Amino acid sequence: MTARIQMPKQATRGQVVEIRIAIQHPMETGFRRDDGGREIPKNVINKLICRYNGVEVFRAEMGSGVAANPYLDFFVVADASGELVFDWVDDNGMTGSERAPIVVTG
Amino acid sequence: MVKNPERRTFVAWLGALLALPFAPRRALAQSEPVEAMLQKVTGGAAVQSGRVNLDIPVLAENGNSVSLKVSVDSPMSASDFVKSIHLYAEKNPRPNIANFYLNPRVGRAQISTRVRLAGTQRVLAVAALSDGSFWSGTAEVSVTNSSCYDGT
Amino acid sequence: MTPRILAGLFLAAWLGAMFPNAAAQQAVRPQPLKSGIEFAGAEVRALQQDDFANPGMLWVARGEKLWREPAGTESQSCASCHGDAKASMAGVATRYPLLDPGATRLVNLEGRIMQCREQRQHAAPLKYESEELLALTAYVRHQSRGMPVKVVIDGQSRSHFEAGRDLYYRRMGQMNLSCAQCHQQNWGKKLGPEIISQGHGNAYPIYRLEWQTVGSLHRRFRSCLSGVRAEMLPQGVPEYLDLELYLAWRSGELPIETPGVRR
Repeated sequence: MTARIQMPKQATRGQVVEIRIAIQHPMETGFRRDDGGREIPKNVINKLICRYNGVEVFRAEMGSGVAANPYLDFFVVADASGELVFDWVDDNGMTGSERAPIVVTG
Repeated sequence: MVKNPERRTFVAWLGALLALPFAPRRALAQSEPVEAMLQKVTGGAAVQSGRVNLDIPVLAENGNSVSLKVSVDSPMSASDFVKSIHLYAEKNPRPNIANFYLNPRVGRAQISTRVRLAGTQRVLAVAALSDGSFWSGTAEVSVTNSSCYDGT
Repeated sequence: MTPRILAGLFLAAWLGAMFPNAAAQQAVRPQPLKSGIEFAGAEVRALQQDDFANPGMLWVARGEKLWREPAGTESQSCASCHGDAKASMAGVATRYPLLDPGATRLVNLEGRIMQCREQRQHAAPLKYESEELLALTAYVRHQSRGMPVKVVIDGQSRSHFEAGRDLYYRRMGQMNLSCAQCHQQNWGKKLGPEIISQGHGNAYPIYRLEWQTVGSLHRRFRSCLSGVRAEMLPQGVPEYLDLELYLAWRSGELPIETPGVRR
């Protein structure tokens, strides 16, 4: 799954930074039918977890009400240099992961 | 104007027939009513209106993707923070769009995403705070459909 | 006014009413030229302007990855021959579709990528509307973002240009509508809740909210054809290529916007 992260590469301690993630995924609702009239089974990214230096800071449970190619924008307090790791899984069990480093000064 | 009583009766019947609403396309049945879903989150506690702001366009060009920003007025301190935010679209077949779980390390209780809306409806956001209280905000969105049929 | 002159005027008016397209069979650009993004609502415009929020950029990112991926019998990637796309592909998309010397059919950017894949990389052919072809096309066209299209419409290409123009003005489908009737004569007016655009191709491949994915210009042709209840031809047919050439000329100085976002 193609995924993109946008967040500052560095911040001062205590600064609230904006995190943006976009993932290529159809978020299939399960309500559509193909050209032959067969139901296309539901398959959405149902969970995304963001961990900052190993500690969960943000979690999203998503359903078919989230638009295709899901986009999330949330905030995190920059408290230590290290890494943010994003893990997600869809209904078919396919997982995706991205990581982004952050340098925290001060 | 022809003063023919038979013709007028016919026209009246025709008018009555045409006035009947056409059988609407049956909307997909909802998985669960929003009230029942909220019960599971609140455990029956009262949900107060306020502190939750839903930033969403009044008119959505396409129900497949509507940008939304939900924010909660909260210091997000260790003793006073938002634990979770729950998003509902009351007329969607699965009304619970998403749930977000936060903690003081988040710093600001604000999330943006893009949602699917199955027609014109009200969107509801409920926030669970660390002190056990629940707050909500709503927004009405009009959703229009494409003018031309797209068979691709 | 003599009765003969009156009769002549009446006949001319009647003929003009019966055959409105006869006079319009000339290549003309709408004035002023406006990209489809100018007819989009605030949300679609915001999505296109934000290079991160723009869902089409996910395909551009995938295209960048595919560009560097070895493929085919000699494990050559696009980069093996073309190097850094930012340099080598800048301005390339502005020339398409074009006619190769000695060819009878135009080739558009998708066609060129498919050709390279099969004939030079000796790799499995890419299908129209496949994720890989959309990603590569979006990536390559993106390198010409901001540049106006400059296609050749004379010489050997003239007949293709005129075929595209004729198709543009031809009434089609159960609704008996031509492209021109909406996009040349009634752009800016409302069709249901939507405002009709001028129907340019400069932003393609686009992320279309209706499709919930990125799609090609030929897919958009098919959408329009289904809209007027006409037979949809498959992507890549000569009719679409000729029409693509006409549209490329018709968009004038409008810059390439790939990946565009439309509703």
